[in-house]
Amino acid sequence: MNKVLVAGAATVALAAAAIGYAIYAASRSGAAGGAVGAVTLQTGPRLVFRSTVDGPSYGHLAEASAPYSQRAFTADRCARVYAANGTGVCLRPSTEDVGGYEIAVLGPNAAARRAIPMNGIPSRAKVSASGRMISWTTFVTGDSYTGSTQFSTRSGILDTKANVLAGTLETFTLTVDGRPYQSPDLNYWGVTFASDDNRFYATAATKGRHYLVEGDFARHTFRALRENVECPSLSPDGTRLVFKKRVSTDPAKPWRLAVLDLATMRETLLAESRSVDDQAAWLDDRTVMYGLRRDSRHADVWSVPADGSGRPRVLVPNAESPAALGAS
Amino acid sequence: MYLSSVRPRAAGLGRAIGPNVWALGLVSLVTDVSAEMVTAVLPAYLVIGLSLSVAQYGLMDGLYTGVTALTRLLGGYTADRWRARKYIAGAGYGLSAVAKLGLLAAGGSALGIGAAIAADRIGKGVRTAPRDALITASADPAALGRAFGLHRTLDSVGAFIGPLVALGVLAATGQAFDSVLVTSLCVAVLGVVLLGLFVRDDRSAADQPAAPPREMLGLLRDRRFRRLTYAAVLLGLVTVGDGFVYLIVQRWQDLPVVWFPLLAVGTNIAFLVFATPLGILADRFGRWRVVIGGHVALLAVYGLLAFQRGGLAVVIVILALYGAFYAAVDGVLMAAAGPLLPASLRTTGLALLQTGQALAYLLSSVAFGLVWQFSSAGLACALAAAGVLVALPLAVWWLRTSE
Repeated sequence: MNKVLVAGAATVALAAAAIGYAIYAASRSGAAGGAVGAVTLQTGPRLVFRSTVDGPSYGHLAEASAPYSQRAFTADRCARVYAANGTGVCLRPSTEDVGGYEIAVLGPNAAARRAIPMNGIPSRAKVSASGRMISWTTFVTGDSYTGSTQFSTRSGILDTKANVLAGTLETFTLTVDGRPYQSPDLNYWGVTFASDDNRFYATAATKGRHYLVEGDFARHTFRALRENVECPSLSPDGTRLVFKKRVSTDPAKPWRLAVLDLATMRETLLAESRSVDDQAAWLDDRTVMYGLRRDSRHADVWSVPADGSGRPRVLVPNAESPAALGAS
Repeated sequence: MYLSSVRPRAAGLGRAIGPNVWALGLVSLVTDVSAEMVTAVLPAYLVIGLSLSVAQYGLMDGLYTGVTALTRLLGGYTADRWRARKYIAGAGYGLSAVAKLGLLAAGGSALGIGAAIAADRIGKGVRTAPRDALITASADPAALGRAFGLHRTLDSVGAFIGPLVALGVLAATGQAFDSVLVTSLCVAVLGVVLLGLFVRDDRSAADQPAAPPREMLGLLRDRRFRRLTYAAVLLGLVTVGDGFVYLIVQRWQDLPVVWFPLLAVGTNIAFLVFATPLGILADRFGRWRVVIGGHVALLAVYGLLAFQRGGLAVVIVILALYGAFYAAVDGVLMAAAGPLLPASLRTTGLALLQTGQALAYLLSSVAFGLVWQFSSAGLACALAAAGVLVALPLAVWWLRTSE
């Protein structure tokens, strides 16, 4: 009987601890919407990003101008955000599928114009400079050959003007070294668009190799250009890609940011020596920016010169998933 | 003391099984709620919460592959050597609880997360054999099938509740992943408390001399245990990871990815429903018959997957058969092995059997993946079905002569 009492007391105490933490977590995050200000996604000298400031606006899409001390929020809580030229994308928890996510396409006033159900867990999001093309990458659990714990990725593209949706790029055909290439383990991630809104770059991964691929949206084709390039992001002038380069087998710091000049195919390692696991973005033609985690809830956006000089500095504290609205 | 050859008569469920099995089942239920809560949100936590990419996760995954096989054997032998099955099992449960704390503390460090996940796996590896040895010691040998059946039923009830609790916490806190981890930690601690309070270890064998390590391999000199192990490993070699089964179903039916976890839920429901009745059947008609019957169900699963025809009704049949397969094999093999093992090395023997099985699964999954990658899922399933068909007669021979 004593044992039952002890077990009961332990249950009550542990339940109280769990519920207490949940109440703290709910108050910290705020289940209600953030302070909604006047956010515009039109071209201008501003950044949009996902805010990681604790409080009711945690995780919301936010906008700020230099020196980034003031920010305005939308009512959308997003896992990843991006925006350009009046169009935004917010990968957010689905209102219909519990535990699922959806792609919210945002208009010039940052209000959702439509929502598309999405397969998997949000990882990357991009919008073409013109605002016409939207892309996303998700992680899909279970797509693995050695067990159910591994991930694979799935990337999709939406042409908002022609209203064409490519739900997964795995249906496109890929050529490597001029020959058609097929494998069920092909994964694509990290799309970035060229200015013609048809050509785009992405990562193709298969059998342990990571290729930079050039895609043609209209033809549904990919062509492998180079190895060891992940998460490319095209500069506003269209001449260079910033990307993640695998430089080490050390799982603590496998990547360095590097810039690839598309005319000469020359690579330059950037001055950021920490391992960056993000699809970087361009602040302008000379500067790239990227999110770096501080802990499990907070991140900062850093910037570093794109030519390998200088050193990294914090651009926007408590932010991630940055996009420059002036860079179109 | 080999009682397995005694044809069991139906005994009262409560009397034959005893409170210790119920206590162990309750501990497993609570622990599985905790574990499945984390499993349900871990991918989203890593990707959204910590911004890990697919490659980063792949690197982490490599850290703990293969770790558990060794720790399982070590845990089994230690439990026997020190007559400390309850304490070793408790250490395993405790390590998995601490691992939740580690996940929280790791923040964005991929190494830290990898270490936490490895600790969780080691905890699971260490506790499984001592727990099954305790079940063996706590039930009438004639009722072992139903004792394991009951335990596995309670276990899978926990697996069922876990994801629901996780989604509830996420909804209540506005997507706070850390709150799910804290809740999971509290539930895991409750599991350890319940184990400490209500599970009793039979220490009557404590005055027997401890078996030296070399006797671990000597276990295989026993003809009947050796044959059972051969059969388990052979059948393991023709059984592929369940991730494949769900993946093939998902691709063939073109199901939305958010439905993907539902496939495992479906299998779990079937497992839950079948585990106790099949345990009772095993006690009454012979454990080897139920194990073989389970593999006939597996043969049907692979056959249906190879054809990939039909709609959702076929999927439901596949999941039901798959759950029945697990229910017919998972606990029943342990029930068959327990009585063949000397009490002084029972945990070690069970760990040896489970390790052999796990290594066989790993091999077959790699082979299956290669066939899929270089040919097609249909061919891989057809080969797996053919494998089961070829293995069955030999398995029947080994299993029959082990009983």
